[in-house]
Amino acid sequence: MTDINTTLPGQERYVAPLEETPLQTVDTVDESAPATSMWSDAWRTLRRNPLFIISAILIVFIIFVALFPGVFTKTDPNYCTLDDSLEPARPGHPFGFDMQGCDVYARVVYGTRTSLSVGILSTLIVVAVGTLIGAIAGFCGGWIDAVLSRIVDIFMAIPMLLGAIVVLQMFRTVTSIWKVVLVLALFGWVSTARIARGAVLSSKNLEFNTASTALGSTPMRNLFRHILPNSLAPIIVIATTSLGSYIVSEATLSFLGIGLPSTTVSWGGDISNAQSILRTDPMVLFYPSVALAVTVLAFIMMGDAVKDALDPKSRTA
Amino acid sequence: MGKYLLRRILQMIPVVLGTTLLVYALVFALPGDPVKAMFGDKPVNEAVAAQIRAEYNLDKPFIVQYFLFLKNALTLNFGETFAGQPVIAEIGRAFPVTIKLALMAFCFEAIFGCVFGVISGLKKGKWYDSVILIVSLLLISVPTFVTGFVGQYFLGVKWRILPVTAGANPGFFDLLMPAMVLGSVSMAYIIRLARSEVSSNIALDYVRTARAKGMSNTSVTFRHILRNSMIPVVTYLGQDLGALMGGAMITEQIFNIHGIGFLTYQSILKGEANMVVSVVTLLTLVFVVCNLLVDMLYAALDPRIRYA
Repeated sequence: MTDINTTLPGQERYVAPLEETPLQTVDTVDESAPATSMWSDAWRTLRRNPLFIISAILIVFIIFVALFPGVFTKTDPNYCTLDDSLEPARPGHPFGFDMQGCDVYARVVYGTRTSLSVGILSTLIVVAVGTLIGAIAGFCGGWIDAVLSRIVDIFMAIPMLLGAIVVLQMFRTVTSIWKVVLVLALFGWVSTARIARGAVLSSKNLEFNTASTALGSTPMRNLFRHILPNSLAPIIVIATTSLGSYIVSEATLSFLGIGLPSTTVSWGGDISNAQSILRTDPMVLFYPSVALAVTVLAFIMMGDAVKDALDPKSRTA
Repeated sequence: MGKYLLRRILQMIPVVLGTTLLVYALVFALPGDPVKAMFGDKPVNEAVAAQIRAEYNLDKPFIVQYFLFLKNALTLNFGETFAGQPVIAEIGRAFPVTIKLALMAFCFEAIFGCVFGVISGLKKGKWYDSVILIVSLLLISVPTFVTGFVGQYFLGVKWRILPVTAGANPGFFDLLMPAMVLGSVSMAYIIRLARSEVSSNIALDYVRTARAKGMSNTSVTFRHILRNSMIPVVTYLGQDLGALMGGAMITEQIFNIHGIGFLTYQSILKGEANMVVSVVTLLTLVFVVCNLLVDMLYAALDPRIRYA
């Protein structure tokens, strides 16, 4: 290579000296720094999003309440005396008392754990099962895909609430929260499976996959090392958003009297108990409803923020 | 188009069969003997019980029961409830109420969802855009039954604008609040969907081209932006019509509306297996047909989609 500033015979034209070209700005990029991956890019977008900051603070607080309810109240949520029935708030009992004379504040605090555990456990199962089945369908194709897709269609056609009630009716005597978790997962995995299948299908035939096959990696290794990590973004988005909807579903089932047993402190159950006194004492219904709404809102906002960060094409704000 | 329609209808058959089989299996795995339950507190007369079992095919193996049910269902004979009423008559009484409720909710969410969503997508960043966004987020996070109670308390009890419960033969006015409650969550989703569609379409090249041609603002909005933004909204609406009928269970429970959801919930609690299976079969059919109609609508909205 000759120096670009020297002019060879027959090349008499102006060539800007290197100092005058803006090329230097390109040269100043630090090549030794690691390239930004999609995840670090997403994390940078997230940190700047006020929606994420608000929802993250809320979620951390909610998790803290769920883990250590004793920090917030010394009252036993199951200690109820009819003497206190529908008593208004007084010092130490800021939200007053419900019909059975239980402290509403203590029940709201202790209900957090129930809602949160149902939401998180259902989401974990749904993500595991849905991703696995969706990935198998998308990756294998052929008759396996056809069969799995028809099964997804069948589950999709059953309204979630209706199916959940039919199944839960069978397990009325079971008192564990796992029955609600498993039922929500049973009717919830299909949407995740559908999305996982689509994501795997679209990244299956990309170049990096062909390249790693050419380098001799097995299909299984391809699936777990290359295809799945590249299909994770849409799965994470739907998981965050559906966490909130599982919390709503749990409350709805408990409200119908068919979800969690009445011995478990839950917002849905408390709202259901308060509905008969709605006209006279609306505040008993108000507090657990607000707690429920704030929790769901936090997860939905988090879902929005994560979606914005991971899928730049679908900015909502 | 005709060929495509035929293929889609053929594809519907395994889904409907699979769904009914799944629901039938779930329902008949329910514990508790419904025949014993019919005797109430009286001692069970084994001879009568056996006769009833034979009459309802309960003595046959499960898969035979299922095929007998299918055979009867094809002739719209869904059997009788344990009280001796034909199931089809009970459904016939409840279905119009739910259809009325679901259609009202559907119109409510479609009209208000699109109008607010499009306004806030076109005027992104204005104060009313933020208000619409916040309200829609709130509606999504508050469960339907809480929305129902809030509506009952303020509109019904405090301000006395609308009736608190609907009762047996509800009219338009009685169903107004239930329909708004039922449609509120979907309305919020439609607002968000329409907003993001409109605001992303507004920045695309074809909109700039249309403006450069000298088209008026109104016709750019209506002929180009809206038409392209409506495709996902129509998909959502179509799937939602089926979901509204199933989701009406909570709303019908709160407002005491004697529709399909109310009937199904009572039947599940009573172990009326015939009724549950029949209703779910019908709801599945509604859902599948709605999805088919949505796919047909695509072609009308987007000329690029042509079914071979």
